[in-house]
Amino acid sequence: MDTFDLLATIIKVVIVFVTILVTIIILGLAERRVSGFMQYRLGPNRVGPWGLLQTVADGIKFLFKEDIIPDNVNRPIYLLAPVITMIPAFMTFAVIPFGVPLEIAGHTVKLQVADINIGLLYILALTSVGVYGLVLAGWSAGSKYPLLGGLRSSAQLISYELAMGLAIVGVIMVSGGLTFNEIITHQQATSWNFWKQPLAALVFLVAMFAETNRLPFDLTEAEQELVGGYHTEYSSFKFLMFYMSEYANVITASGFMVCLFFGGWDMPFIDEKALGHWGVVLSVLAFVSKVGFFLFLYIWVRWTFPRFRYDQLMRLGWKVLLPLGLVNIFAVGLWMALRA
Amino acid sequence: MALILQRLVAPARRGALKHSTYECGEEVEGSAWTQFNIRFYVIALVFLIFDVEVVILFPWAVVFKDIGLVAFVEMLIFLCVLTIGLVAVWRRRDLDWVKMVLPYARGRYARLTRDPD
Repeated sequence: MDTFDLLATIIKVVIVFVTILVTIIILGLAERRVSGFMQYRLGPNRVGPWGLLQTVADGIKFLFKEDIIPDNVNRPIYLLAPVITMIPAFMTFAVIPFGVPLEIAGHTVKLQVADINIGLLYILALTSVGVYGLVLAGWSAGSKYPLLGGLRSSAQLISYELAMGLAIVGVIMVSGGLTFNEIITHQQATSWNFWKQPLAALVFLVAMFAETNRLPFDLTEAEQELVGGYHTEYSSFKFLMFYMSEYANVITASGFMVCLFFGGWDMPFIDEKALGHWGVVLSVLAFVSKVGFFLFLYIWVRWTFPRFRYDQLMRLGWKVLLPLGLVNIFAVGLWMALRA
Repeated sequence: MALILQRLVAPARRGALKHSTYECGEEVEGSAWTQFNIRFYVIALVFLIFDVEVVILFPWAVVFKDIGLVAFVEMLIFLCVLTIGLVAVWRRRDLDWVKMVLPYARGRYARLTRDPD
């Protein structure tokens, strides 16, 4: 690896990291503003123009709040848990490509932090590590509500991870590769996977909402039953870390969905690679707007569906999504085997 | 870095009540590390089996295009074996979260004990 590549990688890491942070800030505001509009009220609009600085103000406020560590906690694990949750949440976006490769001075720069050849498995593995953070946070707090929240979240995440994995298998079968570039290039050459496997896309979408603990699947922090779920005993900046990792997970999940089923940076009817630098700009814009749509969908769904009951959640995961995922694999396999 | 910054600027005043475990303002009753429902354990076990199945499916899916029908039939057999497992767990009611156990489930209560599905 020469100096240029090293420099390019460092710049990409910084850009992606900053972009995720900024998106979290915007998402934190958008969540409340869009919620406000959906409920026929304004939402926060006082801090900065249109309330744009509201989330920044909130972050500063979190910094100045006292960090209460209850006497009853298991201290090392209690301190470790937010870190375990946050680091994988920020690491997962690294393998998601956000544009066509850029040509600078004879070098090709992939618009993706790390193009590893098992990109999909990398994301699945890291999201599984995130589960440890939630469970350990719930257990170490030495309080009943977090314990129940942590247990619920672990059972929920592992249940929906199966459906998610099965939905992804269908995509791998048609594209024949585990890297995102292979999957996107294949979709660009033929058509988006959404048109080919709407069933898998649906299963993945539902599992995605459950994996990120968002409504209607936020059973882990159902505030009417469990106060705050696994982070009841966390305060101040450690709470902010859970909050940020939840949003980071939402962003990564949206990017994942876009790459798998909606062509990633592919803009329909346009060949980005033939357009040179403008093609790169177009492809990044296409990716950002697609991810933006899914982020909006998260908020939209939040105010559209009521929360599931826990037994309904388990029934949906095991008795509906899991068989549907198997049916999808069977259908795709049969179709491909007969056509070949 | 942010954690160190916060240590510097945030107030820190201790208090016995403030640092006690949260239980809706009531006095804390017993330890939090109590027994919890065995269902979580069963779900985890079933998950383990099916997750290994998904992991095995990944390399198969990558080479599926090249091998074609033979791979399809082989995986079909494998999936069928596991589906039998799923059906068994389903029949044993291990996937049901709410289990209706009424010892007097006869007469007009029989309707309650039926599977909610």
